[in-house]
Amino acid sequence: MNTIHTDYLKDDFESLLSAQPDSALNGWRKEGFDNFTKLGLPTLKNEFWKYTGVARLFVKDYGVPGGECTIDESIIKKAAIPGSEDFNQLVIINGKYIPQYSNIQETEGIEICSLDEAAKGKYHDVVQEYFGKSGLFLKDGIYALNTSFFDGAVFILIKKNHTISNPVYFNHIFDTTQNHLLASPRSLVIVEENANVSLIESYCTNGSMDSLSNEVMEVVAKDNSHVEVYRIQNDQPTGSHVGTTHIRQVGKCFVNTVVVSMDGGMIRNNTNVIMEKEGNEAHLYGLYFLKGHTHVDNHTLVDNSKPRGLSNELYKGIMDDYSTGIFSGRILVRPDAQKIDAYQTNNNILISDKATVNTKPQLEIYADDVKCSHGCTVGRLDEEALYYLRTRGIDKDLAQAMLLKAFAEDIVNHIKVASVKDYVNKLIATRLNMED
Amino acid sequence: MSEGIELLEERANREYKYGFTTNIETDTVQKGLSDEIIRLISAKKNEPEWLLEFRLKAFHHWQTLEMPRWAHVKFPEIDFQDIIYYAAPKTKKAKPGSLDEVDPELLKTLDKLGISLKEQKRLSGVAVDVVMDSTSVATTFQSQLAEKGIIFSSISEAIQKHPDLVRKYLGSVVPMTDNFFAALNSAVFTDGSFCYIPKGVRCPMELSTYFRINQENSGQFERTLIVCEDGAYVSYLEGCTAPRRDDNQLHAAIVEMIAGDNAEIKYSTVQNWYPGDANGVGGVFNFVTKRGMCRGHHSKISWTQVETGSAITWKYPSVILKGDYSIGEFYSVALTTGFQQADTGTKMQHIGKNTRSRIVSKGISAGKSQNSYRGLVRAAKTADNARNYSQCDSLLLGDKCGAHTFPYIESKNNTAIIEHEATTSKIGEDQLFYCQQRGIDPEKAVALIVTGFAKEVMNNLPMEFAIEAQKLLAVSLEGSVG
Amino acid sequence: MLSIKNIHASIDGKQILKGLNLEVKAGEVHAIMGPNGGGKSTLASVLAGRPEFEVTDGTAEFEGKDLLEMSPEDRAKEGLFLAFQYPVEIPGVNTTNFIKTALNEKRKYQGLQPLDSASFLKLLREKAALLELDKSLLSRSLNEGFSGGEKKRNEIFQMAVLDPKLTILDETDSGLDIDALRIVAKGVNTLRNESHAIVAITHYQRLLNYLKPDFVHVLMNGRIVKSGGKELALELEEKGYDFIKEELKEGLLLN
Repeated sequence: MNTIHTDYLKDDFESLLSAQPDSALNGWRKEGFDNFTKLGLPTLKNEFWKYTGVARLFVKDYGVPGGECTIDESIIKKAAIPGSEDFNQLVIINGKYIPQYSNIQETEGIEICSLDEAAKGKYHDVVQEYFGKSGLFLKDGIYALNTSFFDGAVFILIKKNHTISNPVYFNHIFDTTQNHLLASPRSLVIVEENANVSLIESYCTNGSMDSLSNEVMEVVAKDNSHVEVYRIQNDQPTGSHVGTTHIRQVGKCFVNTVVVSMDGGMIRNNTNVIMEKEGNEAHLYGLYFLKGHTHVDNHTLVDNSKPRGLSNELYKGIMDDYSTGIFSGRILVRPDAQKIDAYQTNNNILISDKATVNTKPQLEIYADDVKCSHGCTVGRLDEEALYYLRTRGIDKDLAQAMLLKAFAEDIVNHIKVASVKDYVNKLIATRLNMED
Repeated sequence: MSEGIELLEERANREYKYGFTTNIETDTVQKGLSDEIIRLISAKKNEPEWLLEFRLKAFHHWQTLEMPRWAHVKFPEIDFQDIIYYAAPKTKKAKPGSLDEVDPELLKTLDKLGISLKEQKRLSGVAVDVVMDSTSVATTFQSQLAEKGIIFSSISEAIQKHPDLVRKYLGSVVPMTDNFFAALNSAVFTDGSFCYIPKGVRCPMELSTYFRINQENSGQFERTLIVCEDGAYVSYLEGCTAPRRDDNQLHAAIVEMIAGDNAEIKYSTVQNWYPGDANGVGGVFNFVTKRGMCRGHHSKISWTQVETGSAITWKYPSVILKGDYSIGEFYSVALTTGFQQADTGTKMQHIGKNTRSRIVSKGISAGKSQNSYRGLVRAAKTADNARNYSQCDSLLLGDKCGAHTFPYIESKNNTAIIEHEATTSKIGEDQLFYCQQRGIDPEKAVALIVTGFAKEVMNNLPMEFAIEAQKLLAVSLEGSVG
Repeated sequence: MLSIKNIHASIDGKQILKGLNLEVKAGEVHAIMGPNGGGKSTLASVLAGRPEFEVTDGTAEFEGKDLLEMSPEDRAKEGLFLAFQYPVEIPGVNTTNFIKTALNEKRKYQGLQPLDSASFLKLLREKAALLELDKSLLSRSLNEGFSGGEKKRNEIFQMAVLDPKLTILDETDSGLDIDALRIVAKGVNTLRNESHAIVAITHYQRLLNYLKPDFVHVLMNGRIVKSGGKELALELEEKGYDFIKEELKEGLLLN
């Protein structure tokens, strides 16, 4: 059967609700499912999904995770980024946060619990105030689907004036040994005034069937906070990912994001930075180095609604084999958001004659005293540089690898957690058949 | 800076110089669109059966389509049944053979618009075809051009005299199913220009069409077809104006161009349709499909446009680069003031090998206007060594307007190189101050800097046109910056 | 010609000029020297009317008229010329057209007819020759892609064409090689007569060797702290500004 269908999700949704009638989150879920029923899956006619036919993943029946999740500890270890032993590790299985597998090293200044618990307990007001606000920006069926099915969501709060010295690491594992899996990871991270944290995510599908992880992470950064978000994607080709990192800068603060996509099935990343206070600063970086049939679609939004925002965005892509890379960046400067500096660059290299790249850098400016620019290139390796290296006795393949590595390094250098940076460098070196 | 803008703000209302109407007898059909109306238009024009079928087919397809809403413009629903689809100035004959037969009121109008049909009066041997509402009213220099085998006439005349040529090319670049407005135009187009340059001929003069909407409630749906056979060359100019009216007039044109091997077509437009008044009332809705096909190898199609008019502009002059080594160019200045909205740009479709394209777009936003560049550069799998360079710059004058850039770049060829750069900034305060220090007042300084900003594009216009366009920019800026 | 009394000026709330006095009479050449950050360029900007600077106190009269009340372009039309330290590039604006526009605006202000093309070109050629200006610069966009030296020479060239009463040179000598310096000085000296005045802001003695100023002032901490003849410039070149700072501390100087 080759048709796209989602009817069966209705039953799954009902059973999710009936399994946890007391959840404080059911109101959001119901609204989410209503929206999903109304909107359906986005088609290519939806400008926001123009280049990514996410609906076609739904030709198969996905199982929605329910009940207990157990998994062999060795799988967790294998899935983890090397060197992540010291991290505050949250193990997320099939989208659900499983505390007993997790390993939180630091307790001072950080609160980690399930979102349901937070909503019922002393963080009730915080959850009410901040949860689900990304829905104002994401109005498609995919987002609605996450809001319908998120389960075992995480709530993290970094307390005022605390620097969390070890990164908070989301080790996502998808168990597809039994069936195709639709996982809906969800998290809400509050970074209070003058706090400092790095968030890291990685993804690993375990099993022979397909997975689709449809994730939403909402980050709220308050005054004078410093937030780093790293998303590293190196899953199997059977693992597809749709993920949104929605960061609200509700105070004057600093945000740095790096998305690295090396392998996987169909991948769609939304990185939204909503600058709500004067003088916000954000840096958005992305690297997609693709092979096989991997399809990666990076969407970014930098939304300036207050003056003196500074944003800098650099995404780079290398497409090999039959892969497809997409970049769609949007800089929005709302009326009266004066004195904005916003820069956006996207560079792409096709190294296979079967690969595709689509790029769409957009500026939408409603204020006059701004300095905004974007540039993008699609091309091949610099022949001149290649030639130069070869005249120095470096053979062609190595010369090409060296140039590609240098191209990718511009992004990797923005990863400030050493073990993650080493890991990404290793992945790149392996892809290029180079010694690290 | 602020001082300059404030000064300009004081001068609230800008006068649209071409806002008058002409009282001439007009032959119109009743409002609305139906099979019957289309048959009536076709019959009035004494068209061959195939063309009627073409129209009806387009109409039936159009009925299945919805108005496109993806452009960055806002406008009310258009009632397509409330538009007159055929309005022609009445003349004794279907087409006047000499100037004496043209309605003197009409000649006066043209005079006011600065167009003289008296050939000896023309300064620089530009052949003109004038289209008023639905009909071509006069074409000059036809016989001289005919000596070289060049056909330059209204498309109605061409349909009568050269039906095979028209049939061969009509809809070959812009199929009737292309988009909503293309389908509408294909159903109801009433007149326009036809240029045919035979093999190896360089057209000795600029060909030009002047479009004028006069009749109230009427739409203008002209159709222009330009064919350059192998080794031929033509430079074509288009100008347009409309009277000041409180309701919105619809203009939905199609321009199709075909260039053979080594052929070159240069198309220049100064678009100055009525933009609406200072409060955003009235103005032309300009929904235009313009596309050129570089069919032959080493062919070249170049679009240059200066867009200052219309309440809404929806227009993407494009080039399909099919022939190997073909070249496509798009140079655009779009100035929006008042409540104008422009969504304009181009599509460069690289199909052939070693094809090249270049895009230079300069957007200037003032008042409460919205100005968007939207462009597509696509390198197909076959487009080895395709090369594109795009530069889109936006200049903002005042803090109530918007400037937007929506480029789409798609490549399936790993030897293609595509580069796109865009900047958005406000007019430089230090530049304004420098001009002031040399004794130049702020308003003049703004005009000077804007003209400089647009220069790269203006340089591509034929000389006479460039001077006009430069004046137009300055006039359009007057009292509308703020 | 120029009479500045107790001028105070600030930018972004920061006080730069703190009660500066200066009298310049027709025919005089004044040099203003002083360490960085003392307020030299601010003085030039305030006189030319740069909008970012706010005059908080004091007066400035030019030919008996209140300079501070005038728009920048009216100051220019009245005959005040500022040779910028960093002349801005204006893409697409042809240098010749620009100068022609400026000249004719001034003529209009003076109630004169615009200069016809032939006379204008003659004037242009004459002044270009004087300044040994590469004529190709005249057909290029204003200052765009000009070298530092070309920009400075273009400033003096414009000065020569516009024929101002008062010329302010804002570090026009900085970054010039010796030949360019000589040419610039020659250009400036052509305007040196009883009806013109020159205020040269500079760091170095070398331009003054050519200009031979009648007065040299030291601008420090937003005020003129010491004035003298051209020998003062030589002393400064030799000793630096420290001795003035010492004198200030010891209360030997006024203010």
